[in-house]
Amino acid sequence: MSTKSHSIVMLRRNFKHIARNPTSVFNAVLMPIVIMLMFVYMFGDAFNVGVDYIDYATPGLMLLAVCYGLGSTATAVNSDMTKGIINRFKVMHVSRGAVLTGHVIASVLTNLVAIAALVGVAFLLGFDPSASLLDWLGAIGVIVLLGFAAGWLTVALGLFAKSPETAGLASVPLVMLPFFSSAIVPADKMGPGLREFAEYQPFTPIIETLRGLLNGAPSAGDAIPALAWCVGIALVGYLWARSTFTKRA
Amino acid sequence: MTSSAIAVSGLRKAYKDKVVLDGIDLDVPAGTIFSLLGPNGAGKTTTVNVLTTLVKADAGTVRVAGHDVATQAKAVRAAIGVTGQFAAVDELLTGQENLRLMVDLSPVPARDGKRVVTELLERFDLVESAQKPVSTYSGGMRRKLDLAMTLVGNPRIIFLDEPTTGLDPRSRRTMWSIIRDLVADGVTIFLTTQYLEEADQLADRIAVLDQGRLVAQGTPDDLKRQIPGTHVRLRFTTVAELDAAARVLGDSTRDDEALALRIPSDGGTRSLRALLDRLDEYAISAEGLSVQTPDLDDVFLALTGRTTEVAAK
Ligand SMILES: Nc1ncnc2c1ncn2[C@@H]1O[C@H](COP(=O)(O)OP(=O)(O)OP(=O)(O)O)[C@@H](O)[C@H]1O
Ligand SMILES: [Mg+2]
Repeated sequence: MSTKSHSIVMLRRNFKHIARNPTSVFNAVLMPIVIMLMFVYMFGDAFNVGVDYIDYATPGLMLLAVCYGLGSTATAVNSDMTKGIINRFKVMHVSRGAVLTGHVIASVLTNLVAIAALVGVAFLLGFDPSASLLDWLGAIGVIVLLGFAAGWLTVALGLFAKSPETAGLASVPLVMLPFFSSAIVPADKMGPGLREFAEYQPFTPIIETLRGLLNGAPSAGDAIPALAWCVGIALVGYLWARSTFTKRA
Repeated sequence: MTSSAIAVSGLRKAYKDKVVLDGIDLDVPAGTIFSLLGPNGAGKTTTVNVLTTLVKADAGTVRVAGHDVATQAKAVRAAIGVTGQFAAVDELLTGQENLRLMVDLSPVPARDGKRVVTELLERFDLVESAQKPVSTYSGGMRRKLDLAMTLVGNPRIIFLDEPTTGLDPRSRRTMWSIIRDLVADGVTIFLTTQYLEEADQLADRIAVLDQGRLVAQGTPDDLKRQIPGTHVRLRFTTVAELDAAARVLGDSTRDDEALALRIPSDGGTRSLRALLDRLDEYAISAEGLSVQTPDLDDVFLALTGRTTEVAAK
């Protein structure tokens, strides 16, 4: 049977998992919304960011929503690995591509659901983007690209980790990273050290690109490093996942 | 050598500087059951992993179904079925969906899928729980489902890594009879186990693995000839009694530390009565009596001079 139909079988399996284990999706969808409510209502007035705080924070929170979905991907991949399910597939000659892309695509789709819910709540809170249809499409493109890149890296982490618990733990830095970027507070409002870190870490250009697109003023200066980071992360994740899949038994 | 289902020579494997398999040679004729017997950490799973293309050997040649595992992995995979040491079932799917997944990933034509799934559910007595998620299954049911999943596509060579570890005696017997049925259909079985009894019950040939080396290989009878057979163990309360018993019973081995005497016996009532009569005759009484059949520990003690506990280190 071809790789393509195996991919569909695998994807169907991943969807069944999501449908039967809704707590993980619930977590991925709900947590970003809770964090948004917290920041907007508790700290919103404390930060002077020049625009409405909700307009400032939403793009960053979209990125946070991508990251929150990763924990469940890492755990799912790892339990396939440690429970011997991946070995079973390998012995049946199911391709690496089919097994792993199933997880990546499921992860990206979870991200999209979480972001749709988040943006919906943001609108209720007065989010007022000035993006054109094209800008929106660009924003969705950036999110899918990031979800894809982070998804591959997470799949690699999941394959590599010793247990589902460590896999979940290994994804925590990815979940924390947006807090140390310009997602919630502008980098120039941070203390020394942290500010430099926030300026140069991968999420900052990605968030600024999203922010630009949603404000209807995309900037190539942010978009190029953002794309480069995404491609780089995807490549590292993909290669790492590939070699771990082949080697580990 | 066309009748060899599995032929291994000079197989070596090390993880970093820890040698796990240190030159394994074995040959399994098609249609037979071969059992690899060894304690924890002997290298059983590693052997299975190499033979099933999951792990690359450092040296040696391995041919399964006539194909080289290193260069013709795809052809090997098409011929084999593997049930790993821990049930590799999808907890979130139902039993039926797990089997369906295997059908969809195997070369079984889609139109036969339903029939194959139903037949396997019936054969493994899983019809009642077919619609329940596997997370609600007992250990024995999981093991059965695991094996049923392996059988999708009718593999001609099946690897079973400790298929009965953790099963209760009844489930163990069920598993044994399933394995015997498979061989009756002409399937070749490569089985690992920690239980001498299991190897004895099922296997045509047994190899004993110790720290990555085969320390014995042969039919169950060959092997049993090399190890102490069934024996009676008598325990005494004083050294004087032990001395007296050892004198009158002749062919026996004493264990001074435990104040015990080991007497070869077939364990039958007639020979036991004769033994008791003889003790009575000399007015010797033992504190306890037990009939012991040899286990893996005895095999190891006899073959390596060490017990399995030492071997595991
Ligand atoms: N991936 C690995 N990396 C390092 N060492 C390993 C690896 N896999 C196995 N080993 C080591 O190889 C030895 C043999 O392991 P193996 O799993 O083959 O034993 P086993 O006979 O199957 O034991 P058990 O009865 O416990 O399943 C052990 O000492 C183990 O620690
Ligand atoms: Mg093992």
